[in-house]
Amino acid sequence: MTYLQKSPWIVHYNASSCNGCDIEILAALTPVFDVERFGIVNTGNPKHADILLCTGSVNEQNKVPLKNVYDQIPEPKVVIAIGICASSGGIFRECYNVSGGIDKIIPVDVWVPGCAARPESIIDGVVTALGILEQKRAKMLEQGSSDSTKAGETV
Amino acid sequence: MIPEPYAPILYALVYILVAPLLGGLIAGIDRKVTARMQGRVGPPILQPFYDVGKLFEKENPLVTASQNFYVLSYVVFMVVAGALFFSGGDMLLVIFAFTLSHIFIVLGAYASYSPYSHVGAERELLQIIAYEPMIILTAVGMYMVTKSFFVSTIIASSVPIILYLPGVFIGYLIVLTIKLRKSPFDISTSHHAHQEIVKGVTTDFAGPNFAKIEIAHWYEYVFLLGVIWLFFAWNPLIAVAAIIVAYFLEILIDNTISRVKWQLMLRTAWIIAGALGIVNLGVLYYLGMVVVP
Repeated sequence: MTYLQKSPWIVHYNASSCNGCDIEILAALTPVFDVERFGIVNTGNPKHADILLCTGSVNEQNKVPLKNVYDQIPEPKVVIAIGICASSGGIFRECYNVSGGIDKIIPVDVWVPGCAARPESIIDGVVTALGILEQKRAKMLEQGSSDSTKAGETV
Repeated sequence: MIPEPYAPILYALVYILVAPLLGGLIAGIDRKVTARMQGRVGPPILQPFYDVGKLFEKENPLVTASQNFYVLSYVVFMVVAGALFFSGGDMLLVIFAFTLSHIFIVLGAYASYSPYSHVGAERELLQIIAYEPMIILTAVGMYMVTKSFFVSTIIASSVPIILYLPGVFIGYLIVLTIKLRKSPFDISTSHHAHQEIVKGVTTDFAGPNFAKIEIAHWYEYVFLLGVIWLFFAWNPLIAVAAIIVAYFLEILIDNTISRVKWQLMLRTAWIIAGALGIVNLGVLYYLGMVVVP
């Protein structure tokens, strides 16, 4: 099915970003870009989300919350690292408390370059993520429908 | 023609089958109109169906297993309330089932351990407290005019009920804002991109359970707009026009007024809407303008 691609809901986590990339994410929601026309909704709740947009170079303080947010998103889910800090740590890479990229903490599917990442490239990243989301859904079904329908009973 | 005893069952079945489609369509048009009011293109009209389809494709991560029961009860009693209404049943019984379904969603929110969910549940309870008196006043008003609580009798009445109950109607529109989860009264949860304490009462529902809550909302939309129909039942054309105008007004208010605190919501729903309703009923009683169909 393709409903996943028609209605990707995002949750945004700021892992000590300078707010440059965050502003660009919000710009994508404004009337100029209006990602809601593709069904993309910015939820504030990881439990309702499909895509985790993550900005900033993760540090010791916020790597646990990041992991929590990731764990709370129901499968299938996709993580997008927005901006150079989230991708590799950027100019903060050498700092004593910086982990150096989101992928050190949680699995990342799409990397969006830029400092700050432009709204166009963020939207492009989300569109790329949709394909991966569909693949993950197919894989989830392959592993047995028990994952999707009976997951609740194993919790 | 349909034999007399089967007609109510048929109407109830039509409601159960058609209401989710109609409700989803209303939700889609709502989102489109909202987007246009904000200068955006907006999602496709069928977006709510895509959303629910998507949610059913996700896994169902439960906090506690009892959530499944509460959500299912929420949907079932919402369907029962609407089915009773559209089969011409007793308004008081309809309101009873309607309230019961909301109690289940509150219990579902309380069943989880998240403080956000608990705050949402408390706010949902406050909303129930706020709108409940006005909904009952609406039923009482219909009774005073038509001498019956039965929807089948009210709808068959040739009396223009709106002319007898203008205050009750305005009061009903005020609590309709609460029921449709529209700003300024969307304090327990909201359909918009902006959030209320994470996601309020729906915080801990994910995947298929959240989809069921959405479907219950669609049933609720059709039922609530059906009550507007009762006010204009003597002329279906005017009734449809009234529903469209009322819903458009709700969207307009949603987009022009910011959210208020719960105290102001309670005051608005009790003092303004309640006073309008009670004064209206008082005047009716005093004038003895009680019409027997």
